[in-house]
Amino acid sequence: MAEVSLHSLNKYFDTTHVVKNVDLQIRDKEFMVFVGPSGCGKTTTLRMIAGLEAISSGEIRIDNTVVNAVPPMDRDIAMVFQNYALYPHMSVASNMAFGLKMRKFEKAEIERRIKRAADILGIENLLDRKPRQLSGGQRQRVALGRAIVRDPKVFLFDEPLSNLDAKLRVQMRVELKKLHERLAVTSVYVTHDQVEAMTLGDRVVVMKDGIVQQVGEPLELYNRPANRFVAGFIGSPAMNFADVTLADGNGRVTAEAQGLKISLPDALASRARSKAGRKATLGIRPEDIRVANPGDSADHCFEAEVEVVEQLGSEILLDTRVGPALMAASIDPESKVRAHDKLRLVLNPARLHLFDAETEAAI
Amino acid sequence: MIEGALWRKWVFAYLPLILFVIVLLFPFYWMIITSFRPDGELYRPWNAVNNMPFWTNKPTWEHFTYLFEETNFGRWMFNTMFIAATSTLISLFCGVLAGYALARLNFPWAGSLGTLIFITYLVPQTLLFIPLAEIIRDFRLGDTPWSLILTYPTFLIPFCTWLMMGYFKAIPKELEECARIDGASRWKAMLFIVIPVALPGILSSGIIAFTLSWNEFIYALVFLSSPDEKTVAVGVTSELIRGDVFFWGSLMAGALLGSIPVAIVYSFFVEHYVSGLTGSVKG
Repeated sequence: MAEVSLHSLNKYFDTTHVVKNVDLQIRDKEFMVFVGPSGCGKTTTLRMIAGLEAISSGEIRIDNTVVNAVPPMDRDIAMVFQNYALYPHMSVASNMAFGLKMRKFEKAEIERRIKRAADILGIENLLDRKPRQLSGGQRQRVALGRAIVRDPKVFLFDEPLSNLDAKLRVQMRVELKKLHERLAVTSVYVTHDQVEAMTLGDRVVVMKDGIVQQVGEPLELYNRPANRFVAGFIGSPAMNFADVTLADGNGRVTAEAQGLKISLPDALASRARSKAGRKATLGIRPEDIRVANPGDSADHCFEAEVEVVEQLGSEILLDTRVGPALMAASIDPESKVRAHDKLRLVLNPARLHLFDAETEAAI
Repeated sequence: MIEGALWRKWVFAYLPLILFVIVLLFPFYWMIITSFRPDGELYRPWNAVNNMPFWTNKPTWEHFTYLFEETNFGRWMFNTMFIAATSTLISLFCGVLAGYALARLNFPWAGSLGTLIFITYLVPQTLLFIPLAEIIRDFRLGDTPWSLILTYPTFLIPFCTWLMMGYFKAIPKELEECARIDGASRWKAMLFIVIPVALPGILSSGIIAFTLSWNEFIYALVFLSSPDEKTVAVGVTSELIRGDVFFWGSLMAGALLGSIPVAIVYSFFVEHYVSGLTGSVKG
C-alpha cells in the first residue's frame, strides 16, 4: 500500500506549460479523482505518475521513494486506459497473465490470481475469448482485471468509463466504487465528468489550465468552492452567476444588480464589507432557489420571468431571466409553472456564494 | 452495392467487372495456351484456314521439357528464390526496426529522416544501377547472388520502412504503454505486443518485397552474366531469345513457371495480406 506525493510538478511540451507547479498528497488507500475540462493537464499529470511522460521539473514519490527516473515497469503501478488497450492478439486470460509473466511469476500463482480477478469481476466465462469478441463493458472489465491481478501499489485510471454508453457507465461506476472498497488500493482516477468525480472520489482535485484550483472532499467542493471555476464546474445543473455591485448601508451588506437586491447573511457580509462599492459575482445553485411564499423576507426574493420549463419528473428545472442575468432554478415538481410566467423566487441566503470579480476567488 | 433495377446493376457493376477481369486475365491465359501449343501451331500464319489462336487441340509438354533439359531453368528458379527470399528477409528486418523507430521514438529529425528515406525510394532504379554497378565491381561481387541480395534492399528497405511506419502509427500507443506498465521493457513490448499486432502489415510488406525482387529485371541483367547465376526473369529472356528468334513456347512456359511461386505466396497469405492493407487493428 502506498502514498503518492507530487511536489512542484511541472510539465512543458516544447514551450507550452501544461502542468504548473502541482503539489499534492495522495494518501494511502485513498481514491483521488482528477477532474477538469479537456486540456487542463489532468491526464498529463496521471501519465507523469505512471512514468509514461517525463517530468520537466519537480518530484514524484510513490511509497516515499522518488520515482522521477524510474521506468514505468518498476513503479509497481497498474493503469486502465480509456480505450482499454487490450492486447488484440491475446485471449482474455493471456491479457491478464502478461504483466505477471513479464515479472516471472510462477504458473500456478498466475492462474490463481487470474481466477480471483475473474471471480471478482464476473468474467470467468470470457477467459478464452479474444478482445474483439467482447462488448465494451466486458472489455472494460478485462482491462480492470489486468490491473487487479498485478496487485500493484497504485491503480491509475485514465477516463476508463468514457467509451461506455450512459447506462453502462453508471453501472460500472458503482462497480468501481465497490471494487475500491474491496481492494483498498491507492487509486488515481482522471475524468472530465464531474458526476464521476463526486461519486467516486474520496477527494477530488479540480484542475484548469494546468493549475490545481482546489483539492477537497466532494461535498467540500460543492459547498465551499474556492473560486468561480470550481463553483461552476462542480454540481449539475451548474451554479448561477450574476454580476453584482456590493453596497454597505443601514448595517447591511447587499449585492445589487438590475432586478436583484439581495442582502448577504452575516458571515458573508463581514467578509464582503471591505469590498463595498466594488463589483463581484454572486453565485447560487439552482437547487437553492424556490418559489417564494408570502411569508418570505423581501431581502432574499426577486422577480423572474420564466423562459423555459423543463419537466424532469423529480424536479422542474426553470430557466428564468432576472434583469440581464439568466438564472436556473430547480423547483418542486408539483408546481404549476408555464413559460413566460412572472414568478417571485426566493433564494436560500445560507447557500449564497460570492466571488471577487477580478481574481474570481471566493470571498 | 448499386441499388435499383437489374439493368443498372449490369451496366454499372457486372459488365465493367467482367471486362476488367477479362483484360486482367487475358495475358495469363495467352501465356498458358502458348506454353502448351506445339510449334507447328505457334508459327502458323494468322490468316491460315486452320488457325486457332485461342485454343489448341494438341497440347504438348515439349516446351517445358526443353526448358528443363536444354536450359538452366531449375538453377534460375533456385537463384531467384534464394535472392528474393534473402533480400526480403534483410529488408523486412531493417524496415520493421526503422519503421518502428520513425513511428514511435521521438528523436530529432525523425520527420525529415522519414521523408529522406521515402525520397531514396523515388530514385529510379534505371539511374541507381550506374553507381551501384561501380560499387559491385569494386567489391568484386559481380556475377554472384550477393550482388543482388545486397542491392535489392536499396529499394526494398525504404519501401518496407515506409509501409511499416504507417502501420505502426495506426497501432494505438496505449497498447505499448500498457505493456511497459505491465513490466515489459521497450524491447519486450515491441517483441510481444507491437510486432504480433503488426503481423498483417509485416506480411504485406514481405509479400510485396518478395514480389518486387522476384520480378526485378534491370539489376539482375546488369550484375549477373554467366548462365548459371541468372534469375528467371533474365535467364528466360536472354537464353530463349537468340538474336531475332523467339522461342515463344518455352518463353511462355518459363514465364508461367516463374509466376507460380508468387501466385502461391499471394494466395497463401491473402487473408493477412488484405487485412494488412486495409488496417484492422482494434483497440
